[in-house]
Parts: sequence; C-alpha cells; structure tokens
Amino acid sequence: MDTEEKELDVSVPSREAPEATRVDSRTSTGMTRRDLIKAAAVSGVGVLAAPAVLRAAETAAGGAAPIKFGLLEDRSGNFAIFGANKWHGTQLAIKEINDGMTLDGGVQGPGGKGVHAKVAPKPPTVNIKAEVDAGGAPAKDDVVWSEQAEYLVKSGDQGVLGRKIELLAPDPQSDNTQFQTLARRLILDDKVDVIMAGFASAEREAIRPIMDQNKMLYFYNNQYEGGVADKNTFCTGAVPEQQIVPVMQYMIKNFGPKIYTLAADYNFGQLSAAWTRAMAPLLGGQVIGEEFIPLSVSQFSSSIAKIQESKPNWLMMYITGQNHSNFYPQANAAGLKYPMGSSINIAQGYEHRRFAPPALNRFHVTASYMEEIPTPRNKLFVKRWRAMFADEPYLAMEGHSAYVATHLYAKAVRLAGTTEKATVIKALESGIGVEAPAGWVVMDPATHHLSQYIRLARCDEKHNITFMTEWPSIEPWWTRRLGVNLVRNAEFKQYIPDEDPFFKMFAKKT
Amino acid sequence: MSVPYVVSLLYQYADNLAFLLLAALGLMIILGVIDVINLAHGELIMLGAYITTLAYHRAHLPLPVCVLLSVIGVGAFGMFLERTVIRRFYKDKLGALVATWGISLILSQGMLLLLGPSLIAVPLPEWTLSYAGYSFGGYRLLLFAGAILVVLVAWWVFYRTRFGVRTRATMQNAQMSQALGVDTRRIYLYTFGAGSALAGLTGALYAPTTTIVPLMGTTFVDVAFITVVVGGGANPILGALTSAALLASISAPLSSVLGTFMGRIGLLVTALVIIRFLPRGLSGYFQDLQRRRMAGVRA
Repeated sequence: MDTEEKELDVSVPSREAPEATRVDSRTSTGMTRRDLIKAAAVSGVGVLAAPAVLRAAETAAGGAAPIKFGLLEDRSGNFAIFGANKWHGTQLAIKEINDGMTLDGGVQGPGGKGVHAKVAPKPPTVNIKAEVDAGGAPAKDDVVWSEQAEYLVKSGDQGVLGRKIELLAPDPQSDNTQFQTLARRLILDDKVDVIMAGFASAEREAIRPIMDQNKMLYFYNNQYEGGVADKNTFCTGAVPEQQIVPVMQYMIKNFGPKIYTLAADYNFGQLSAAWTRAMAPLLGGQVIGEEFIPLSVSQFSSSIAKIQESKPNWLMMYITGQNHSNFYPQANAAGLKYPMGSSINIAQGYEHRRFAPPALNRFHVTASYMEEIPTPRNKLFVKRWRAMFADEPYLAMEGHSAYVATHLYAKAVRLAGTTEKATVIKALESGIGVEAPAGWVVMDPATHHLSQYIRLARCDEKHNITFMTEWPSIEPWWTRRLGVNLVRNAEFKQYIPDEDPFFKMFAKKT
Repeated sequence: MSVPYVVSLLYQYADNLAFLLLAALGLMIILGVIDVINLAHGELIMLGAYITTLAYHRAHLPLPVCVLLSVIGVGAFGMFLERTVIRRFYKDKLGALVATWGISLILSQGMLLLLGPSLIAVPLPEWTLSYAGYSFGGYRLLLFAGAILVVLVAWWVFYRTRFGVRTRATMQNAQMSQALGVDTRRIYLYTFGAGSALAGLTGALYAPTTTIVPLMGTTFVDVAFITVVVGGGANPILGALTSAALLASISAPLSSVLGTFMGRIGLLVTALVIIRFLPRGLSGYFQDLQRRRMAGVRA
C-alpha cells in the first residue's frame, strides 16, 4: 500500500521546520493557515527556508491540500489480530471516499429510518378496523422492510470537499505509552483533522485526555464497556445495552438462570461483569460465580475446575487478547461443555476460524457485524474488501466499525462544509446515519454513540455460524438515562454501572 | 475437603508443574552451563510451535512427527545462533543479554511479517477422563508425563554419560577442564543446541493448546524466568525440578481457591522471598548445603 510512503512524507516537514511547528502547537486550535504564515513571519523563519510553511502558503493560494486522517491501530503486539483488520477497514473506506463513493444515508430528516431502504413490502390488505374490533389476528414477528444490496452511492466529490483524504497510520504496537506518544505526534506535528484510535479500553483511556486537551475530534471504533460521555469523542462500536442485555436475555431463556462469568481483569472485563451482575435479576437470572483473569495468563486448568465445581447453566465470557483465547481449546479438551455467551469473542477475534472445531461449540455472541452475515449487501461488502485485501483472514466486527466510522466522518465533513472540528462535531450531532454493510446505523446526538443493527450468532460443533435472532436497531440508551446530553452539556468522562441508581434498586429485590 | 476435589487439585498441580518445568528447563540448562541469560527463549518456543503447526497443516504429518521436527529444527537453529552470535558474547554477559533480546525481537516481528498475526492451531486430541463431576484433559496428563520424561532424560545425560561429565566439569571450571582436554567450545555449542531443542519441544507440545501467534513466547517466558530465579543455575536439573514443584504447590491451590489472579501473585511473592533469602536459588542452596556437609565430614 502507498500509505507507508505517505506516512514518511508527512513526518519530514515537521522536522525541517521546527520553529513553525512550535509556534503553531502552542495555539493549535482555531488557527487558520494565514495565522500560521503570520506567526512564521513574526518568529523570523524565512518562508523559503521552511518547506512546511511553503506548502501551507501554496494551499492558502487555492490548491486542495489533503485532509489529514490520523489512525492508531495495533498492527503488532497482543492486539495485532484486531488492529490489522481495523486498519484495513479504514483504508478501504478512504479508498472509496477518494474514488468518489459514499455510504448511502445522511441526516434523517422527515421519515427517519424509512427514507433510505426500509419500506413495508406490501400495504395491509385486510380491513384493519374490522380486525381490531374482533380482537385481531395474532401478531407475527417479522422483518417488514427490504434492504438494498448496494450500500455505496456516488458522492459527486473526489475525496471530501475536493480534498483527498490522506491516511497517517503509525503502529502503536498494543502499547499504551506508544499510543500517547503517537497521539501527541499526530496532533502537534502532523496536525491531523481527526484521529481514530484504540482497541482496548485501556488504550482509549490513555489517549482520551490528550484528545480533550487538544480539542481533537476522536473516534473510538470498538465495542466496549460503555459509558464514555465526551464532547470530542464518538464511539462507533457496540455498548453493553446493545450486546450484553440481548445475549443474556437469550441465554437465560434458552439455557437457564445460573450464570458464571469469566472476565479479563481490566476495565472492560470488570465493567462488563458489573453489567452482567446488574442485569441478571432484571432478566430472571443469577450470577453464581465470577472470576477475573489477568491478561498475561494463558493456562486455565484452575479456572476450568472452578467452573466445574459451581455447575452453572451457561458461561458469560469477557476474556480477551491472544493469551486468553487459549481458554477455548483447553476447556474443550478438559470436557467443559457449557453453552457460552459473549459480547466479544468470535465476532472480534474470529476464534471459530483460528481454533480447530469443536472448541467454540455452543458459543453465542451478539455482534454489530460478522463476516458470515448472509445478506446480499454483506456479500457485496465482503467481495469488495477481499478485492483490496485478498488474504484478510476474517472480516471482524471492529474492522466493520472502523470502515463505517471513516465513511461517517467523511459524510459529516461534507455536511459541515469544513474540517474545522467544532463544526464537524455539530454535523455529527445532526442525527446523521448511514447504510452500513451490517444495516442502517444512526449517530445518536445526545450520547455520541451509534445505534446498532445487532445479530445473535451461534457457533456449532463444526464452527459454522447461524444467526439465531436479530434486533435491527438498538439505541445507546444507558447514558441517556443518567442524563447525558452532550449537545447541551459538554462532558469529558466515563460513567460506570455503579453510578446508575437503577441497577442498585433492582439488585436489592433479589 | 472431598476426595474428588483433592483429585482435581492434584490434576491442577500436575498441569502447573508440567508447564513450569517445560517452559523453564531449556532456559535453565543454558544459564547453568554457559551462564548466558537467553532472552530469546520464548521466541524459540514460538518457533517450535510454528514448525509443528506448519508441518501439521501444510505437510499433513502426524503430530508426533511434527513434534520431532520442531525439536530437531529449533535445536539446529539454536546451534546456528550459538555459532554466529552467542559465541561472541561469552566474555560480555550483559552484551549477551542485549544480543539475545535483539534476536527475540527479530524472531517475533519477523514471524509477524512472514506469516501474519495468527495461524490456525493444531486440533487438540480429545481424550477426556471424567471423575465425580470433574473432567480432565487427557492431553494435559500426557504433557505431565512428557515433562517428567524430559527431566529423566536430561538427568541421565547429565549424570550417566561422558558428555554429561564434561559438561559438569565445564560448569565447575571451564579453564581447568579446557586444560584437561575438554573442548568447551563444543560443549557450549551442544548445550545451547540442547536448550533450544527443549524450547522447541515445549512449543511443539503446547502448540495444540494455545493460540499460534508471533508473541506467544511471552506467555512462557514470564513463568520460565520466575522458575529459573527460584531454582537458580547451580544445578539446572535439580533446580528446575524443585523450583517447579515448589511454585506449582503454591500456585495450584491459590488459583483454585482464590482465583487465577491470586495464583499469579503467589508465584511472584514466592520468587521475591526466595531471591531475598536464597539469592542463588534452591539449587544454590542445595549446593551450599552439600558443601557444608562435606566440609563437616572432612573436619
């Protein structure tokens, strides 16, 4: 790919013109190119001697400088499996945007979700009043709209606003410190217009304060434990109310009320387990056991024995990373045959393709995307992805999130008419939505999270995926219940389940 | 405590012991004989797992043959490393540390570039034994048997062969044994090869139970280093055996009762206590004990 080349190209000017960079970084926001030239002139830097300034001057004269798009995804280290896929998703979206394509969609306006693709296939043909008076025929659960296979439309624009998108994607190597260093470099030296970054919640929390200090527009394209309410941050992955609640509901109904939680010992695992504990009484279940596993652990004989002692109906799995995925073959070889539910595994790390069957037998996950989604639209998406990345091992949930987020950003910039961050944030808060390959998604203005098209996938003993049920639009409602409205009140924090009084209220009842 | 629970605990103990022993023995032998801390040990284990996985999936060989290939392949690679790199650092032990660390980075990142972030694992043989509500993995028991067998073979080589005598002589006093006609350079070459072959064996044996990723070595080295520190390099085989036995007897019950996290903490605390009171590790302590006893006999 040519991104490597670009990446090098961009870092050069900053080294050659340290004076100009420093002046600009002090007041990095709200500075126009003209200000930059003025500042450079005042600080005595010869315009001809500083290539960066020279380039900026050219741009001001009317040339279309590219939009600088910062991406930090792990391509090596413990999270490489996930990061490489997300990096590819962003690359594919940028290529499409630069080629003049965009995801169908836009601000919903009148009509909302129905505007773009979803219409009832047939109008009612019986006399509704007569039916209702008679008590009505039993209702039937069905999907009442059709979905067009083609999700891309022409944007009438090469790139966005006549400017190409240029990707700057250094590798943060699954290392929180690298994330911080590279985030600062992208903001201060490269002066990117947007940053999309991070797989693990620890990575996100390492850089989110830096984004806020610099008022950088930040996208976190990953499912996570929920609760981020940050004016500068947009989260395009699924959150607990979209994944954990539906999967628990399904598992309790089909396998029984006794739940054993196995979770990774860091913020994602701890908070997701808290969600499970809190929601269990509401859904008629009960958490009878819980264990948190340090990320470095890869041998699970004692965890397996503990599960066997407590005899649950099913397991809730929040283990993550490459070390933890060893649990599945080990548990299977030890004869552990419990059904499992999760919000992450197999959709995120394609364990069902990496481990020989039947290690993931009876595994259930609520996913915002999986490669196996059988719609014609998704088949088209998979074909396009593989045309660009022929040896991609799997199109995972977070790669899809990264793809959608990149298109969503381009759409918002086009709507805003500028890359100026405050205006783009307003455009993203306009009720904008897109036809994602998984289905229609909308950016919720109040919480800065996407509504998601959620499917419950089941993995069988041959590791085939079946979608058992689907929820076409689940809203990110939880932080709204806590009063979060980022349009009205800018906040910069993450809420945790303990701050929700409702959870405690229901927990007491049992 | 019920009988089935004790059986389950014993199984966990054996499983822990096998993991610690297999992860650490190669590292310990190299440290004990050559006095080089091989930071690339984890990557040699990774290499063993990769050879097994590739041989199994691409060449369709049976698992035991794949394991044998890993042992030979990684052993040969270790000897190649000793010839080209490690040999130059025998007088500069800190330099050896940096050099082996560099090798580890090259191996793991090179593997990432070469074969991507992950391979499909070898399917785990599905033998399970059930007992009173518990079920145990047959392959894990096989690993335990394998670990014990490896220790026995290493002991035999060390104490019952000519090569073992020469190696022990080199360990005690390299210059003196050189003067007596022992080719210490060759001893070092073979020892490094043997340590690497053990790493290859560990990687091959654990390949069906883990994710095959370029950084998988790190999951072995952290416990391997704890085992080595506790065991000490004075007598690699006795050290590895006693230290793995001690550590497993701490981590297995702790993990079982208080959870994996406390099991891990228990390992680290034990290592700290041992370093504080027995700086040369368990095998160093046994050696001192023996010397004192012999001194007592003489007096």
